[in-house]
Formats: sequence, C-alpha cells, structure tokens
Amino acid sequence: MVPALNEAESIRAVVEGARSVLAAPVVVVDDGSTDATSDLARAAGATVLPLPFNLGVGGAIRTGIHYAVDHGYRCVVQLDGDGQHEPSEAKRLLEALEHEQADMVVGSRFAAGYAVSWHRRVAMRWLSWLVSRRLGTRLTDTTSGFRAMGPRALDLFARDYPLDYLSDTVEALLIAADAGLRVVEVDVVMHNRQGGRPSANRLSSAFHLTRLLLVIFLHSLRRRSGPA
Amino acid sequence: MEGRLEIVIVMLTLVSLAFILELVRRRQLREKYALLWLAVGAVAVVLVLARPVLDRLSLFLGITYGPTTLFLFAILFLLAIVGHLSWEVSRLEGETRHLAEEIALLKARPPTNEPSEDDAPGRPHAAPER
Repeated sequence: MVPALNEAESIRAVVEGARSVLAAPVVVVDDGSTDATSDLARAAGATVLPLPFNLGVGGAIRTGIHYAVDHGYRCVVQLDGDGQHEPSEAKRLLEALEHEQADMVVGSRFAAGYAVSWHRRVAMRWLSWLVSRRLGTRLTDTTSGFRAMGPRALDLFARDYPLDYLSDTVEALLIAADAGLRVVEVDVVMHNRQGGRPSANRLSSAFHLTRLLLVIFLHSLRRRSGPA
Repeated sequence: MEGRLEIVIVMLTLVSLAFILELVRRRQLREKYALLWLAVGAVAVVLVLARPVLDRLSLFLGITYGPTTLFLFAILFLLAIVGHLSWEVSRLEGETRHLAEEIALLKARPPTNEPSEDDAPGRPHAAPER
C-alpha cells in the first residue's frame, strides 16, 4: 500500500518495484494529487483509491488499511510513493512480522546511513527516546513511513488512525502500544527520493515537533485516565 | 435624548431578529442556532427597556460602571459560542474525512494494464505473504 501525493515522477518505479517483489496486489492511495500520479500508478499495475481531496498521509493510510481489511488481507506493507524506500526490503519487513511474532514492523533508515540535518536528527532522537520508553522496545526511527502491519494492527488502525501530519507515524506507534501490540524495528536500505519534495520546511517541522510532543503528553494523560 | 437611543437600539435588535427568522424560514439556519440568537435578541431588548435591571445586577456584582457588566457577559457568551463552534467544526471535519475515505474505497480503480488474477479486487482472502 502506497500513500501518494503528486508523485508522478516516481510512482511508476515504486509500483513496479513492489509488484516484482510481492505476490500481493499493490494499492496506491492517491491523496488528492493534481498530477498524473493516479493514471501512472494504474498503468504500472496498481489499484488506485482516489481520495476526492487531500486528507494528509494519515487519512490516506487509514483508507488503504480499510481497503485491506474489507478485502480480507491479513497484512499490509506500507511504503512511500517518492521512491525512498527500496521495495525489495518489504520482504524483510514481512519476514520480521512473521518470525518475531510482531504486529507491526518499522523499517529504520538510520542503519543505512540516513543523513539528516542536525536539528532534525536531534528531534528524531528525542521522539525515538520518548516513544521507545512507552513501547518498551528500542526504536531509532519513529517517523519512518516504511512499515508492515499484521492482522491485529490492521483491525486496530482501521478503527483508529491518527490523521495529522507526522502523527501518522509517531502517534500510530503509541496507539499500537496502548493496544498491547508488539512493535519491532528492522534496518532497511534507503534511497534518496526520486521525485517530489520533502514534506516540510524547517519552521513547520518545528511546529509539528511541538505538536507531537503535545500528542505524546496527551496520550500519557489519556492512558492514565482511561479504563485500567 | 433618553428615548432616542433606546429606540435606535430596539430597532436594530428587531432588524437582527427579523434577519434570523428569515434565515430559518429559508432553511439556511438550523433551529437550534436560531433559538440561541433569538434569545440573545430578547435579552438585549429587555436590557434596553429596563435599564435598572442592569444597574442592579452591576451593583450586586460590585461593578460601578453598568455597561462593564454588559461587556463582561457579552464577551463570556461570545467565547462560549466560539468554543462550541470549534467543537462542531472538529466534529464536522472528522465526518467529512470519513466520507472522503469511503468515497475513495467506493471509487477504487483497478490497474489499466495486464489485470492478472491476483490484482482483481473482487477476490478477497488472497492473504498475501503469509
């Protein structure tokens, strides 16, 4: 499953890559793209779910998960439409899902020398530390969008998936943790993005980091006040 | 001078009330909001026609300048309304998102090339990679 927004340059390679690796159908959730993403994805052999307007990554992912659940699939691999995730690595995520009895596998980009600016690295470290503490598993890359989900995760997320930018990655992990799902991390090979642009500049990154910290804080409140 | 100001304000209030009623008549405004604004209008008319009520209330609250009481309640009331509307907008946005997702699922479009059998959306339980 590939959430995509205006990824016409790279979507074809992503879909074909995924199709060559996985036996399962490839579903592209088109999050209100204004370019030819949708047509190119279909031509490359993907089923396309066209959202009528832009919902953000979280909404796109929830749509894709709904599709998987409705059609009886028991696991889903999610990868970005910009080509930064190597489709052949999807197999390793699925293997980890099976061998480690995990409900969710996150592909970490850091092992493969994922280079980010210092402020971004500090922010990601901090998030990882906070989230790892809650999950009780060590994660290094909590904002990675390269993931595999098993049946329990799919059932959970079809009902409850966070919709704001970046929440789709970090907050989803917290929700999984609250539901008692097992999350593990696997190192994956990364590419530089083949098309599109990074989804945020520095200022809005700072805003979203602040919001995520609030989300994590609220989450701990909610869990304490919720039914034991 | 006394009477003229009151007349102007009562007229303004009545015009607003008429406007609200007209919106309801044309089904542009839900009744629950109409009731709210009609109540506001009624309170305004009462306060204009019965100045001593406001003064007595101010005295009771320890406020020396009558209109301050009016502003205080007006601001509190508007804050409450804005808060309520934020809540409603959040709810509506959630509903709209759900609808958008449902539409995407309904409009699922199959691949345009080589529709091999495991791509056919009508075949569930293919249980990929398990």
